[in-house]
Amino acid sequence: MSYELLLAGILVVALVAYSVTAGADFGGGVWDLLAFGPRARAQREMIARAVAPIWEANHVWLIFVIVVLFVCFTPVYAVIGTALHIPLTLMLFGIVLRGAAFAFRSYHYGPKQFYWDAVFAISSLVTPVALGMCVGAVASGAIDADVDGTVRSDFFSSWLAPFPVSVGAFTLIEFSFLAACYLTLEAEHEALREDFRLRAIGSGILTAVLGWLAFALAYQGAPLIFAGIAGNVMLIAGISVVALSAVGALFARKYRLAQILAISQVSLVVLGWANAQFPYLVVPDLTVHNAHASDAVMEGALAVLAIGSVVLVPSFVYLYAVFKGWRQQG
Amino acid sequence: MSDLLAARSQMAMSLGFHILFAAVGIGMPLLMVIAEGLYLRTKDPVYLLLAKKWSKGTAVLFAIGAVSGTVLSFELGLLWPKFMAQYGSVIGMPFSMEGFAFFLEAIFLGIYMYGWKRVPAIVHLLSGVAVLFSGIFSGLFVICANGFMNTPAGFRIEDGKIVDIDPWAAMFNPAALAEGLHMTTAAFLSVAFLVAGIHAFMLLKDSKNPFHRAALGIALAVAAPMSVLQGATGHMAGETVGETQPVKLAAMEAHWETERWAPFRIGGWPDVERQETRYAIEIPGLMSFLSYGDPNAEVKGLKDFPKELHPPVPVVHVSFQIMIGAGVFMMAVAGMGVALGLWKRKLPDSPWFLKAVILASPMGMIAIEAGWVVTEVGRQPWIIQGVLKTADAVTPMPGLWAPFLAFSLLYLFLGATVVVLMINLVKHSPTFDENEA
Repeated sequence: MSYELLLAGILVVALVAYSVTAGADFGGGVWDLLAFGPRARAQREMIARAVAPIWEANHVWLIFVIVVLFVCFTPVYAVIGTALHIPLTLMLFGIVLRGAAFAFRSYHYGPKQFYWDAVFAISSLVTPVALGMCVGAVASGAIDADVDGTVRSDFFSSWLAPFPVSVGAFTLIEFSFLAACYLTLEAEHEALREDFRLRAIGSGILTAVLGWLAFALAYQGAPLIFAGIAGNVMLIAGISVVALSAVGALFARKYRLAQILAISQVSLVVLGWANAQFPYLVVPDLTVHNAHASDAVMEGALAVLAIGSVVLVPSFVYLYAVFKGWRQQG
Repeated sequence: MSDLLAARSQMAMSLGFHILFAAVGIGMPLLMVIAEGLYLRTKDPVYLLLAKKWSKGTAVLFAIGAVSGTVLSFELGLLWPKFMAQYGSVIGMPFSMEGFAFFLEAIFLGIYMYGWKRVPAIVHLLSGVAVLFSGIFSGLFVICANGFMNTPAGFRIEDGKIVDIDPWAAMFNPAALAEGLHMTTAAFLSVAFLVAGIHAFMLLKDSKNPFHRAALGIALAVAAPMSVLQGATGHMAGETVGETQPVKLAAMEAHWETERWAPFRIGGWPDVERQETRYAIEIPGLMSFLSYGDPNAEVKGLKDFPKELHPPVPVVHVSFQIMIGAGVFMMAVAGMGVALGLWKRKLPDSPWFLKAVILASPMGMIAIEAGWVVTEVGRQPWIIQGVLKTADAVTPMPGLWAPFLAFSLLYLFLGATVVVLMINLVKHSPTFDENEA
């Protein structure tokens, strides 16, 4: 296998990792916004407790993706930075405000609490939508660029179109579904667990609706993706079965199973997208084959990735074992 | 405002904001680990309380550092896509390492902050050590990339194409080591003084408080050796600049004529029109000596370089003076602290000394900002010295004043909130009675 294919594979793995970890943290923010009823306070506190020790580490998966693009697929980084300047800036605002608000509000200083709750929740909403729109734009084929990093298309039309917007909405709801599934396992008493069970079922169904909508819009908005997914019956069947089973598991109150199925569903969506888009990194001009760095650079990067992973993977697993260990939950 | 100026301002503002929190992310773990180590050895609960209080403040500052650092990792592409498209892969090596270092930092910080009751005491302490070292390396790697911008290495340009990329040579470029060491010691020094100043302020009102006494002791013990190292690494950095970026050195010293026995200037205002520096106190030969180890060495003056390659001399010179002044002041205060401590055999706590520490408290952070202005503005008009002009690297995106304004307001707002929060945290620090109970 050539270096560039290996690195593209690593990119996909990191995107899956980001979605199933940091994605759920953003989803948590959505449920913070939608906290209501007699247990609203308890819901918010539980979300904060669940997210606090891990969100910063989860967030680094995004940096990881950026760094691999930056180093090994440099023109892709430059083209995305230019063509998607506006949605990326929006996403950064979301990231900064979400992180800052989360840190600030852990101080509980007086009446301003409500204000930081609002900032936290709204920025948690903006970030996944902007991220999804960027993904949609990259897949749509509307970014006209050269392998030297020059962008010829404008700064709006690629991402401000029905398909990218639908991907943004889908990303938001998908992350919320994931978060709700995770939160059923964090709940300390039955009533709270039931709250998130219902939220998970609701958002699970909405995820399916938005998923089909995005798929339909891809027919016009991202023909390559549409063809790739439509031609892959196994993928559609797989995602559907897993998604239905996840909702089924929630009905049956099999929370651990529902979590595993939700993770599988999100992973399959990312893998399916990557598979449909292959070998394009930015459709239609940049591919894995024409946008990669020289062998010396990729060799170095792979060496760093290999050595780094030896330290990173056990550390990341340990973090989860300490805070999300099987013993503490469900 | 031109788009280039807006892009430069946004980058400068983002860096200037982030670097404060990045320094805290490197410096605070050392103080926390020392406090926790002292607690494990002495079992004195004051140290445990200190480690916990410090970690509480650090959690907020680290979060701001993490997100503002994310902004920077995107801004390289958002603002300077031409720079990235051409040289991103050349300087990619340190960035990929930085990715891992930052990852480990975030993981172990999570364990440190929230794992007090979940992991064994020794694992907790070691998590702190892991945060410390991943923070140090995180900083070092990023600075390797900055060193590349100052002293590009590890590639050749053939017919306008970049060939023979050697990512290791690019990473270990001539400026990397000196810059990296200088910034690492700067982070420890500035954080130690910031912390020392806060606790000195509290001790002025409550001089017997064991919590603040312990804190001041640890902070001064870190500040003292670091203030000396800071001078040494600064000297090393100066020599490297002299060898590799003579224009920058000349601008730092506001030095116009090429001459032997070049003087070191204290103060002074460079007159760019007349190409001379007025009102400076000049120490003959000292600049030649500091830069090349020989007072008779020839130092190139700005007049020897084409005018269009001069950086904005007044900005660079004044910033350099501020950095040096702040550094010397901190060294003096730290020296007094050590002398007083050795003489009286106790924590130096006389009110006048505490006041001096309070005065020195912001100096480190001021020096860091000034030092980055020297490095970055001193390299202009280049984004990569001698290779790529800043003006040629900027994004074609129009209306860049808008994101600049938006990020400025955002950071202003966050900065103000952080200050209020920290004041709040200090106000609620433990009183003497609480410790007795």
